[in-house]
Amino acid sequence: MADLKYESPTTTEAAVALLAAGGGMARVFAGGTDLLVQMHEEMIEPTLLVDIKNIEEMRKITFETDYVRIGAAVTGAELGENDKLVAMWPGVVEAVELIGSYQVQGRATIAGNLCNASPAADSVPAMIAAGARVCIAGPTGKLEIPVEQMLVSPGKTSLVQGEFVTSILLPNRSSNAGDAYLRFIPRTEMDIAVVGVGVSIELNADGVCSSARLSLGAVSATAQLVEAASGILVGNKLDDTVLDALASAASEACSPIDDKRGTIEFRTKVAGVLACRATKIAWQRAEKN
Amino acid sequence: MARHHITTTINGDEVEFACEPGQTLLEVLRTELGMTGTKNGCGSGDCGACTVIVNDRPINACLVLGVELEGAQVETIEGMAEGTELHPLQQKFLDHAALQCGICTPGILNMAKAFLAKNPDPTESEVRYGLAGNLCRCTGYDKIVRAVLDAAQEMRAPI
Repeated sequence: MADLKYESPTTTEAAVALLAAGGGMARVFAGGTDLLVQMHEEMIEPTLLVDIKNIEEMRKITFETDYVRIGAAVTGAELGENDKLVAMWPGVVEAVELIGSYQVQGRATIAGNLCNASPAADSVPAMIAAGARVCIAGPTGKLEIPVEQMLVSPGKTSLVQGEFVTSILLPNRSSNAGDAYLRFIPRTEMDIAVVGVGVSIELNADGVCSSARLSLGAVSATAQLVEAASGILVGNKLDDTVLDALASAASEACSPIDDKRGTIEFRTKVAGVLACRATKIAWQRAEKN
Repeated sequence: MARHHITTTINGDEVEFACEPGQTLLEVLRTELGMTGTKNGCGSGDCGACTVIVNDRPINACLVLGVELEGAQVETIEGMAEGTELHPLQQKFLDHAALQCGICTPGILNMAKAFLAKNPDPTESEVRYGLAGNLCRCTGYDKIVRAVLDAAQEMRAPI
């Protein structure tokens, strides 16, 4: 960290200019719970940190016409304290709240969890299931893409030099909608997902599924949308036949690694089990709403 | 390298310090300010030994930079007792012998203080989850949990 500089711009434009000028050696700094660890372990040696926490729009959760906008510097703790957001997207919030300890929650951001691009990131399957979009600012302007489009490979996103995430958009909910996130970990707390499943469901007035998205984490190089799940759930009520088909579809979508935390066989099986459990929770929430 | 001049409030007192951009709050407290009550455990946010309270939130001081603290309110273990009168949590940790080597204790006390401020009447399970980000390598968790529950009771209904 010989020549490290720190800047805390107050506008997005200034942050873009600083990141562009800093070249590949500049890093965005929000919660720092991944960044400072990587610096501490000398995995990266940036020369410039651009702290985005003094940009007002990055600190806000705003309810807009079609979506909720979560600024890139909003912490996990702040998400959990926002009752309206928790009521709309309980699964997304519960996924975020599984990331680290209370101490980490006070700093870590959902945008950072996405940008760190771990295949096991808890909030990412929940966001993909939610149909979340990412707002990105960069030297060539602004763009908005689905969360899943930003994921390239473990540790790598589609962001190019000078670009950074400014906010995450979660669509507004109809009534009769619910979501859920479940993960398997060997401990009971403070661990990394061996399998993670996010599900979002909408039901029509007859209690039949009208739309569904299911996403898996930690069982492939990036979190993924399980396309087949939608076809299995939509048009149906939840019964054993549907759940069996859903479990098979989730397991078939897996291409996991084999490591000490979970074998390929285990991860593949558990993906099916958790897909069903998470879907049941999302379904119950949809029925209650 | 440019050193940043920061004015912040620590345990109610205005404090000024100069720090390098990469220096963590943990390093600032221990090295620049000589406040060694905050302990350095893992340096990567896993063990909670360096837990302090910044703007009413418990955080790992190893994952915060000193340069971020302009205008912040910081609470460390040095400010927990009122003069010679121990905070109820500190007293209950003594009463229950809820520490062995003591390295994790300042962080656990700060985390417990922040936790009880949000949840004054927790269950045992809630206390265990609340302290999940604090590791004790002497494995004295049961006594710690009992001390926190006892302190919570006393803080709800002071004698």
